[in-house]
Amino acid sequence: MTESLNASWPLWEVFVRSSRGLSHVHAGSLHAPDATMALRNARDLYTRRNEGTSVWVMPSDSISSSDPDSKGGFFESPQGKDFRHATYYTKSEGVKHL
Amino acid sequence: MSFTAGDSATKISAGNAITPEDIIAAGAKAPEDVATYAMYLGDDALMLAQRLGHWISRAPEMEEDVALANIAQDQLGHARFLLSYAGSAWDQTEDDLAYFRTEEQFRSCRLVEQENGDFGQTIARQLIFSLYQYELFTRLMDSADETLASVAAKAVKEVTYHVDHAAQWTLRLGDGTDESHRRMQEGLYYMWPYVDELFNDDDLLRDLSERGIAVLPSTLRESFDARIEPILEQATLTVPDVPGAWGGDRSGNFSEHRGHILAEMQVLARQFPQGVTW
Amino acid sequence: MSTTSQHSDAAVADIEAERAGQQRFDEIIAADSRIEPRDWMPAGYRKTLVRQISQHAHSEIIGMQPEANWITRAPSLKRKMILMAKVQDEAGHGLYLYSAAETLGTSREEMVQQLLSGKAKYSSIFNYPARSWADVGAIGWLVDGAAIQNQVPLCRASYAPYGRAMVRVCKEESFHQRQGWEILLELSNGTPEQKQMAQDAVNRFYGPALQMFGPPDDDSPNSQQSMAWNIKRFSNDELRQRFVDMIVPQAEALGLTLPDPDLKWNEERGHYDFGELDWDEFMSVIKGNGPCNVQRMQHRREAHENGAWVREAAAAYAEKQARRQQDAADAHLIGA
Repeated sequence: MTESLNASWPLWEVFVRSSRGLSHVHAGSLHAPDATMALRNARDLYTRRNEGTSVWVMPSDSISSSDPDSKGGFFESPQGKDFRHATYYTKSEGVKHL
Repeated sequence: MSFTAGDSATKISAGNAITPEDIIAAGAKAPEDVATYAMYLGDDALMLAQRLGHWISRAPEMEEDVALANIAQDQLGHARFLLSYAGSAWDQTEDDLAYFRTEEQFRSCRLVEQENGDFGQTIARQLIFSLYQYELFTRLMDSADETLASVAAKAVKEVTYHVDHAAQWTLRLGDGTDESHRRMQEGLYYMWPYVDELFNDDDLLRDLSERGIAVLPSTLRESFDARIEPILEQATLTVPDVPGAWGGDRSGNFSEHRGHILAEMQVLARQFPQGVTW
Repeated sequence: MSTTSQHSDAAVADIEAERAGQQRFDEIIAADSRIEPRDWMPAGYRKTLVRQISQHAHSEIIGMQPEANWITRAPSLKRKMILMAKVQDEAGHGLYLYSAAETLGTSREEMVQQLLSGKAKYSSIFNYPARSWADVGAIGWLVDGAAIQNQVPLCRASYAPYGRAMVRVCKEESFHQRQGWEILLELSNGTPEQKQMAQDAVNRFYGPALQMFGPPDDDSPNSQQSMAWNIKRFSNDELRQRFVDMIVPQAEALGLTLPDPDLKWNEERGHYDFGELDWDEFMSVIKGNGPCNVQRMQHRREAHENGAWVREAAAAYAEKQARRQQDAADAHLIGA
């Protein structure tokens, strides 16, 4: 096999909006030479069964993500702050629209 | 079966569009001349689907297997509509027409019968034929024949994507490496002699177009040229300066490929009596 | 400048991180939760997954060939359409799986090279020929049926990207099994020749389909660890038994017989007993001596090699375009 390295296409992450009004959700990834072809490949690969009304692609290496090794520190703060949720508060019998 | 574990991002559905079965169920019966026209168009789509189908599992990258399979299915879909409708004139099914006509009875153009060759040659054929179909179906949407108009309305959307696919690849192959440029240009040279035939008129087409049913092929040439030239130019390719190949009349008298395609396509069906189900 | 003590400090920190990682990993597995790509995981877990997922991906890609063999000859346009969609799905499934494996740090290119060099394995069933049209039906009913039996539990595999890929695959595969069943049903209800074609296909695919679940549990050394890691949920023999229990009544409904004289209902076990499978054949095919091993590899290599110039062209074009955009941006800056 004498394939030169530059023939391998970069990896792209694909996000699909399944219907109007919903968010784009990560569907998977694929390889493509550039963004134009990545979008087309995403259409062919991830929407063969009417799964989408809109598709986003982005180079996988351009995603920054939180550190899984931070052992929960990153997500600790909201824990225990029940007062951010409506269920924390006392309900009054018979009072509507609260 | 239920899938509770981390559902995938998307939901699936069959979508809605007319199907070949709908055409039969609607009881549309094509007049013979309209049926013959539907056969021209349907045979083109069938031959192309057959050629493209051969690519599946052989494409230059696996993503492209998926892309070519989509286009092949679209073309086969067009063939099924058009041959179902054509068959209605003679109480024949799509399969009767596809599997039990002889070489002499097919009416495909030679471009779609050409061999796949390398990917460049296939893309050259795709670019030419998709642009032709785009112009054709855009106009056929206004056909006085309701069935043809509705088939064209669905097909034109699909073909728009085929044009884009072919144009994107033409750009990349033409303006990619020296080798890809050479191969793409050769592919164009190989296919170009069969371009003229797409735009040939005949008595049937003249008659049907006067009645607002068919699109007169010669009237599509100008817009075809206007679309393909800038694509080739941007791809640093040249429009081949070669004359059309003699014998562009869809008769099959001037091509060797059709017989081979049919031999393969029909081999199993013909081992069994016409009308058995599969 | 590094000192010895700094070295050992770093080593101690590594060991501690490893210990903490292992503990967290064990907790996640014990809670039957999911491991995500950037979580710490034992090297063996990663290696097992890369091997399993890439083998699975290779099987989808090689598995396109026996059926693609019939696309140009399918006996009706409807069947031709369905078959194209099915083989296309297999390419899609291969791609979902390669991308799941890539999250573990192995590139697709590396996996493909392993396949093409013969180092990586794929499901041995695809080394059998699809000789007749009925084989397309038998592949759908038996091979995809067995695959689904294997894959549904994998939707809950502890490695999340694998599970997510399998959810998508399973959703799409349900049509594969049914279309195969329908082909056989049509043939079985058709002319005597058609029915014979169906029976012949079932005769040839029954044994290899049962072998798709892998060797008997006693001879499957890696299974225990995979089950402990929640990658595998059921043993090879459990899955095989379920499959046999499922297809016996289905074969009856089809009016076809399964080629196993020892096949009979065991009241006591509440399962069907079935005959010993030919494991010598299985091992021989896995080692490369099946009827089509050479052909399958050749087909894949040709596709890859014939496509090299296209992949290079697209990469070169992307590079040119990026450079042109950069030049245009630079020119704009200078102009401003």
